[in-house]
Amino acid sequence: MDPTDIVSIENVSKTYATGFEALRNVNLRIRRGEILSLLGPNGAGKTTLINIVCGLVNATKGSVTVDGHDIVRDYRAARALIGLVPQELTTDSFESVLGTVKFSRGLFGKSANPAHLERVLRDVWLWDRKDHEIRTLSGGMKRRLLIAKALSHEPQILFLDEPTAGVDVELRKDMWETVRALRDSGVTIILTTHYIEEAEQMADRIGVINHGELILVEETTRLMRMLGKKQLTLELHDPLSELPDRLAGFSLELANGGSELVFTYDTQAERTGITALLDELMEANIGFKDLHTTQSSLEEIFVDLVKRPT
Amino acid sequence: MNLHGVWAIYTFEMARTWRTLLQSVLAPVVSTSLYFVVFGAAIGSRITEVDGVSYGAFIVPGLIMLSLLMQSVMNASFGIYFPRFIGTIYEILSAPVSYLEIVLGYVGAAATKSAILGLIILATASLIVPIEIAHPIWMMSFLVLTAVTFSLLGFILGIWADSFERLQIVPMLIITPLTFLGGSFYSIDMLPPVWQTVTLFNPIVYLVSGFRWSFYENADVGVGISLMMTVAFLVLCLLVIRWIFRTGYRLRT
Ligand SMILES: Nc1ncnc2c1ncn2[C@@H]1O[C@H](COP(=O)(O)OP(=O)(O)OP(=O)(O)O)[C@@H](O)[C@H]1O
Ligand SMILES: [Mg+2]
Repeated sequence: MDPTDIVSIENVSKTYATGFEALRNVNLRIRRGEILSLLGPNGAGKTTLINIVCGLVNATKGSVTVDGHDIVRDYRAARALIGLVPQELTTDSFESVLGTVKFSRGLFGKSANPAHLERVLRDVWLWDRKDHEIRTLSGGMKRRLLIAKALSHEPQILFLDEPTAGVDVELRKDMWETVRALRDSGVTIILTTHYIEEAEQMADRIGVINHGELILVEETTRLMRMLGKKQLTLELHDPLSELPDRLAGFSLELANGGSELVFTYDTQAERTGITALLDELMEANIGFKDLHTTQSSLEEIFVDLVKRPT
Repeated sequence: MNLHGVWAIYTFEMARTWRTLLQSVLAPVVSTSLYFVVFGAAIGSRITEVDGVSYGAFIVPGLIMLSLLMQSVMNASFGIYFPRFIGTIYEILSAPVSYLEIVLGYVGAAATKSAILGLIILATASLIVPIEIAHPIWMMSFLVLTAVTFSLLGFILGIWADSFERLQIVPMLIITPLTFLGGSFYSIDMLPPVWQTVTLFNPIVYLVSGFRWSFYENADVGVGISLMMTVAFLVLCLLVIRWIFRTGYRLRT
């Protein structure tokens, strides 16, 4: 195994007892210290893959090693390195916040370290709630508590299965900061999300899973270049029957019977061309009453990817 | 050995016990006192002595066993079923703990709780009838061994059960009848010969007999056999649990 890899997933397949094949021959190397985001629609197999690495689901075929330790034969060493934040909000009710974090640390075989637990709880803004019973927390707080539990034993690898589901926008940004700080401290992070913007902002690399297959794994910047098309739609005052010649240099299309002008541009490009286009429209005396932009949705991107030969 | 892990599970389970202290102690104490009233006073007024011991005192070991078995099975089964039910089991399954360590934590806590309860019932009983304990060390050994063995059985039950109904049906449908038929309230020689033989297939007979011997030195079966049967049952439970974790039965998909 390449020393820069920390998790190595080889030919992993999973067929559930129902006969459903949730993963098909997945191969993935996770690099030490990176943030890898797994993208995929509902039911794609993201959670199944994470649960296999973490020891919750037995793979039907294939093998996984974590820092060189096989997750079945050498499960102690492998699991001690991993922290998991599950997708479902599963917490106790009557335990205290600090109590449950202490429990997690002990469970993973670490001796008590109050200073570390305080730091972790402060990082997820729960320190002032440390003596509260878990059932008195809101959903978003519970999610953050699960993150604190996963970090309590100082893991080298952190799996976050949809960490920002149910977390408000403000805190989501803070959480991204926390995740980046963790990465900077050397922790490898694997997270799943449905939001492509989230993956884009957070991840060094993005893996796309669809129908149990890992379609691609790519550096985020490259992937965004491949996918970063956006559309600007202008609702015109007066419908056009055809595009004026002076606008020929732009990738424009008329839509909705000529009452809408659609401009496709590349978000990753140096210049999007939006300013130039607006200038030209002004010159040509083409007025518009409203405008909006759209980005291809994740589903569209998947369709795009699946159609594309890999 | 991940001792921190064992301790974490054990203290977590014990904390649950302290939170529900009143109901977990009160219910068995009340029901045991009721048994005393019904069996000790009502029946005891007709049967005065069994094997040279007053009937009230004679039933004490059996009554403690009854509670011990029920509480062990119920505590341990609930202890592992509940995290499965609400999903917090994910953390245990993803942690670097072996199945023995998991069992040590959960079963240890359940057995501790029911053993303490057994002693509380013994103390309660001693307020009502005069009790002598001929072999205190044997008594404690049987108490602890039984608590551990039936907590193991409860642990298995808690993994097997897929609903609260199933969780409750085993103690009610199996443990209670076997205890009643296991010589808790009578000496086996009081039964017709055919039933005496049938009774020997009931594992609880050995527990009650051995336990009663440690009080009054009279037993239905030899104390050595009692001990052997109990240990055999304990080993059987351990083997089943090992198989459960090997295969991931009802724990890992
Ligand atoms: N225990 C199970 N038994 C049978 N099928 C299962 C089981 N768990 C998951 N599946 C199926 O496996 C497929 C993949 O599920 P998984 O939870 O891995 O998807 P996911 O990518 O995490 O989806 P989401 O984005 O909704 O979380 C789904 O079709 C799901 O129905
Ligand atoms: Mg999922």
